[in-house]
Amino acid sequence: MNGYTDETVRMIAEKARIMRRDIVQMIYTAGSGHPGGSLSAADIIASLYFHVMRHRPLEPGWPDRDRFVLSKGHAAPALYAALAESGYFPVDELLNLRKIGHMLQGHPSMKTTPGVDMSTGSLGQGLSAAIGMALAGRIDGKDYTVYTMLGDGEIEEGQIWEAAMFAAHYKVDNLIAFLDKNGLQIDGPTESVISSEPLADKWRAFGWHVIEIDGHDIPQILDAVEEAKDMKEKPVMIIAHTVKGKGVSFMENVVGFHGKAPNDEQYRQAIDEIGLGEIGVVE
Amino acid sequence: MKWEMAAPRDHYAKALISLAEEGKDIVVLDADLSSSTRTARFGKAFPDRFFNAGIAEQNMIGIAAGLATTGKTVFASTFAVFATGRAYDQIRQSVAYPRLNVKVVATHAGITVGGDGASHQIIEDLALMTALPGMTVISPVDIHETEKAVRAIAEMDGPVYMRLSRSSMPVVTDEAAPFEIGKGQAIREGDDVSIIATGIMVSRAVEAAENLKERGISASVINISTIKPIDRELIVAEAKRAGAVVTAEEHNVIGGLGYAVASVLSEEYPVPLKMVGIEDTFGESGSPDELLGKYGLTAGRIRDAAEEVLRMKR
Repeated sequence: MNGYTDETVRMIAEKARIMRRDIVQMIYTAGSGHPGGSLSAADIIASLYFHVMRHRPLEPGWPDRDRFVLSKGHAAPALYAALAESGYFPVDELLNLRKIGHMLQGHPSMKTTPGVDMSTGSLGQGLSAAIGMALAGRIDGKDYTVYTMLGDGEIEEGQIWEAAMFAAHYKVDNLIAFLDKNGLQIDGPTESVISSEPLADKWRAFGWHVIEIDGHDIPQILDAVEEAKDMKEKPVMIIAHTVKGKGVSFMENVVGFHGKAPNDEQYRQAIDEIGLGEIGVVE
Repeated sequence: MKWEMAAPRDHYAKALISLAEEGKDIVVLDADLSSSTRTARFGKAFPDRFFNAGIAEQNMIGIAAGLATTGKTVFASTFAVFATGRAYDQIRQSVAYPRLNVKVVATHAGITVGGDGASHQIIEDLALMTALPGMTVISPVDIHETEKAVRAIAEMDGPVYMRLSRSSMPVVTDEAAPFEIGKGQAIREGDDVSIIATGIMVSRAVEAAENLKERGISASVINISTIKPIDRELIVAEAKRAGAVVTAEEHNVIGGLGYAVASVLSEEYPVPLKMVGIEDTFGESGSPDELLGKYGLTAGRIRDAAEEVLRMKR
């Protein structure tokens, strides 16, 4: 990735918009899923899959690829949307999310879905796997970068901090982590459930280079990645301030839409707001 | 009986080093117990392929999983209680479910851990690991099987749990003895009762068989070194021949070898069966021999169990 233009930014924004439509529609069709945390992650994931990452949709196992581990695995719809729109599998497969016998599992499953670099779902585990992939790259003398995304509720899991210490100790600098800081978890605002502030200070104290951004501002996302790539000897944590449910007005900042599918009326409204029609419907 | 004694964990390290010397793309991880598990020896020989995760077993397993996604064969070691207990969900979610090529080789299994006491003496590791789909579970009987098993699990693709003792174990087999994942070995032939054992209890089973012979009872001894997938054929064949079975393991009677053998036989060829193992109780501090004695893991208990099943035979 060598810099970007306004056109790049527009392109990524448009992809993110398409992904938001996909997320809403696939969750509605499935009748279950996690819209809030998928929507908050969409701009970052769009930036990664449509510009930042070096990857081959037609060769998911390409050994030199950049990897992405969705440690906050419940945001699978966002990942699936990015993969489908990139060409890893047909877009209409998204409408089979969570259906028995189909490849798109409720949480990412690397054995069933091309493009998924790691199975996740039980929070707190993906960061460790991402670090393992980064280490492998170092052992093999490869120059790929491993990206991962954590949730701000997820960082309540102890394993995250074990992994954080490991990455700093072993100077894993081909790893760039995002923290989707949307401020909410299932039982309420993160600060009410278990306060994690001062969060940036914690990551710095654990030996990481920390960058804070607006997670919906694409130039900020891209600039942060550039800064992260230049950081040597330290892993990087990009704390992205986001809005849970971003892009669907009645879901924004609403605790209840962590893991609930929209009803018929809500779905219609969401689709109208996004303004791209539906998958599989020719307008 | 006098057995030659030798420590399997030393041979674990030896086998790892050989594999790396042969060019196998392996990586070894440990969690601050590398001097006890002996992975430190590998780390000294191949420092670029060894990572100490510190006292952080959950992360260690996750790191192992990530490494394995790139095609490496990854070994992760610590004490059995921490490997299978502390990091159970990590093994389940990050290794077993995605079927990654991670070999969890844990030492200090069972009560022979000794003085450290119950917190360090896992008696349920086989139960935990065998209930995981896709997990291969190995319990090598001695140093020779340990080396062969390390090679065999490195050759196969997929998750493995291998339990090793802390202490020296009786050398029951030899370098020439065959070892194949999924196959038990007949250590001794007999027709009246079949003693099916694993780990340290195999040597006790041999002693019990000697004892029984003096009483006119012919007992076979079978070494089950692969708990999962278990050698159903051999177990059924033994049940058919002897008509009575005793199982023996350094593990809870619940959920280990005994349960596995019982499930095979109840479905395919029910015969009177008695299980020798730890009777659903936590261990305690003591010397390994004292503990084996106190918790009924003895040749005497196996002999008694054999006589009991013989009485149950119709």
